Amino acid sequence: MSTFWSLWIIVIVVGSIGGCTWLLFATRKMKVTGEDVGETPTTGHIYDGIEEYDNPLPAWWFKMFIATVIFAVIYLILFPGLGNFGGLLGWTSTGKWQEEVDAAEAKYGVIYDQFAKMPIEELAGTPEALKMGRRLFANNCAVCHGSDGRGAYGFPNLSDDDWLYGGTPAKIVETITLGRAAAMPTWGSVIGEEGVNNVTNYVFSLSGRDHNEAAAKKGEKIFATYCTACHGPDGKGIQALGAPNLTDNIWLYGGSPELVKHTIRSGRNGVMPAQGDKLKASKIHLLAAYVYSLSQRPQ
Amino acid sequence: MSNSDTSSSPAPAYDVKVVKQFAIMTVVWGIVGMLVGVIIAAELVWPDINMHLPWFHFGRLRPLHTNAVIFAFGGCALFASTYWVVQRTCQTPLVSSRLAAFTFWGWQAIIVAAAISLPLGYTTSKEYAELEWPIDIAIAIVWIAYAIVFFGTIMKRKSRHIYVANWFFGAFIITVAMLHIVNSLAVPVSMMKSYSVYSGAIDAMVQWWYGHNAVGFFLTAGFLGMMYYFVPKQADRPVYSYRLSIVHFWALISIYIWAGPHHLHYSALPDWTQSLGMVMSLILLAPSWGGMINGIMTLSGAWEKLRTDPTLRFLVVSLSFYGMSTFEGPMMAIKTVNSLSHDTDWTIGHVHSGALGWVAMISIGTMYHLIPVLYNRKQMFSVALVNLHFWMATIGTVLYIASMWVNGIAQGLMWRAFNADGTLTYSFVEALKASYPGYYIRLLGGFIFFSGMLVMAYNTWRTIESDKVREAAIQPQTA
Repeated sequence: MSTFWSLWIIVIVVGSIGGCTWLLFATRKMKVTGEDVGETPTTGHIYDGIEEYDNPLPAWWFKMFIATVIFAVIYLILFPGLGNFGGLLGWTSTGKWQEEVDAAEAKYGVIYDQFAKMPIEELAGTPEALKMGRRLFANNCAVCHGSDGRGAYGFPNLSDDDWLYGGTPAKIVETITLGRAAAMPTWGSVIGEEGVNNVTNYVFSLSGRDHNEAAAKKGEKIFATYCTACHGPDGKGIQALGAPNLTDNIWLYGGSPELVKHTIRSGRNGVMPAQGDKLKASKIHLLAAYVYSLSQRPQ
Repeated sequence: MSNSDTSSSPAPAYDVKVVKQFAIMTVVWGIVGMLVGVIIAAELVWPDINMHLPWFHFGRLRPLHTNAVIFAFGGCALFASTYWVVQRTCQTPLVSSRLAAFTFWGWQAIIVAAAISLPLGYTTSKEYAELEWPIDIAIAIVWIAYAIVFFGTIMKRKSRHIYVANWFFGAFIITVAMLHIVNSLAVPVSMMKSYSVYSGAIDAMVQWWYGHNAVGFFLTAGFLGMMYYFVPKQADRPVYSYRLSIVHFWALISIYIWAGPHHLHYSALPDWTQSLGMVMSLILLAPSWGGMINGIMTLSGAWEKLRTDPTLRFLVVSLSFYGMSTFEGPMMAIKTVNSLSHDTDWTIGHVHSGALGWVAMISIGTMYHLIPVLYNRKQMFSVALVNLHFWMATIGTVLYIASMWVNGIAQGLMWRAFNADGTLTYSFVEALKASYPGYYIRLLGGFIFFSGMLVMAYNTWRTIESDKVREAAIQPQTA
């Protein structure tokens, strides 16, 4: 902030507080002369029948006003407030934040470091580690994946064996740390509505669902042309691309004919946000162990 | 000092029609706005009752609720009372009946435009300033017309001095014009879409400079103006202290304008701005209480009237809620307290102790005083129903704010609870689950308050209707 604006702020702050204080003292002494009505003098003004007494300012109120002004003056000397003057304590919100983060690190860092040394497979069998992992999951992941990790419409179930990007500990850590951005292109304009219908029938045939044989036959050709690059010739998906397996009857965006058609026609853009900036590596390690453990449980 | 009492001279022909119109619409919009409030409170308990209709969704109805109760209900109450008070205390009719009529129809058109465009999803996303740019321009035009009527009438006043109620009304009208115009500056991209000219932390600061002073000048200064006329009128007592009104008026308007940053504690706003928002909010306590003292102490020597006069009870209890929420506000502006209260239901409880307890109750009391006067009746059709309404409003408000205090503090404590391993003890959903009892009680409190408005509507209707009956009965005799 330039010196001008700093001074500007100081002047209007001091002016506002000082002006109010001056008014408070000036009004306290002020005597509004008027006709005396009874014991309490009035100002003599009458508006639509309303008169005004000239009672003095209540003492307790006057003192309370002064007390808040004194507090303000002391606070603005100690803390930032008057433009570029940072206050005698040198307090900053970022400094305060760093202080709290450092304190938490000193206190809890050891607990995390101890687990960070253990491999994820081993942590998946360590109850104390899983307890911490579950708590981290509840506060960072459950909003999308559900408190039980079973997912929701558009958010993958983490408790089964169906992995979009791979379910090894290393892959889970990678997914959590860097996030994922899935891109199922839109095919509606390329293959037309009939093509969408045919491909849907073919995809249903892959997982043994009811389908129209003739349409599936036509759909197979379209699939071979446009879909195999990501989903593979057999439709079992390619984890390196995050392309789902289409043969297991698990549907991230719903398995009804309408929803599958919609997916093919308009595409999907699933996003897993990167947690690497938010959570340190040792926390992600514990989280990954918890997520890994979900799929290791007997179903 | 000159004697400015002109009450002995024949009263000028006041403009009563526009005051009547705004008074009736106060009741109508009160019912509409509070009904939407009850609906969204129910949606928070049972989310599925939105029936998955986009225009019936909480996110679209919530701004409709806030706009309807603040600007439609509160706005009409302010228009009605300013137009009444400025004429009566200046002993002169409004400077232009036609311009006043324009403000009435213009304001109603704006409210209807808001009631249509908000559920359709048109929003600037600025809280309490959601309306898109064409409606914003209409608001600015109507508001300037309002200022011309008000200050024009002040200029041709018969009394030498300007009554204190008019200071507050004047400050409210000028400042709201400034806040609205500065905050709403935007670049339009189509008929119903615009982008704010501000960005980032500056946008947030301008928004809360507006947002908090909408509270400070619309919901506080405006209604204090109302209080300064209708409390002494209804109590039939002189105002307690003239010099207190001077000091608390100037301190209130000069300090309030600084308080906005307390909405942005612990955000990307620079530290110095946050500090100033906090200390100014604390200094604001005494000036705010000045109004409460002046109102309540006006009753000294007339306390026994509270036993028999439910209208006066509305006015005095509203001042008590005003005192309570203007104490709570500065406390919540302290950063340490704010770190607990921020983003919790406590904020919603605080807003409603001001909105239901202060703004709505002083408006209702004012209308119960004003409607019989406007329609030449000795009193409302049924004083017993006014009394019933008083208890419904009080119980509704208390249930609402108490449940939100409990919820807010529970949420604040649950969100910051840590385990021994440094992880958070509760997930967000657990705090939400713990809030459910409060959501039921809030809905109940809101429903009771809303039902009280229906009692008011019935009582108002019967008051106006029975007036006609009375005139019909008198006419043959006078003929």
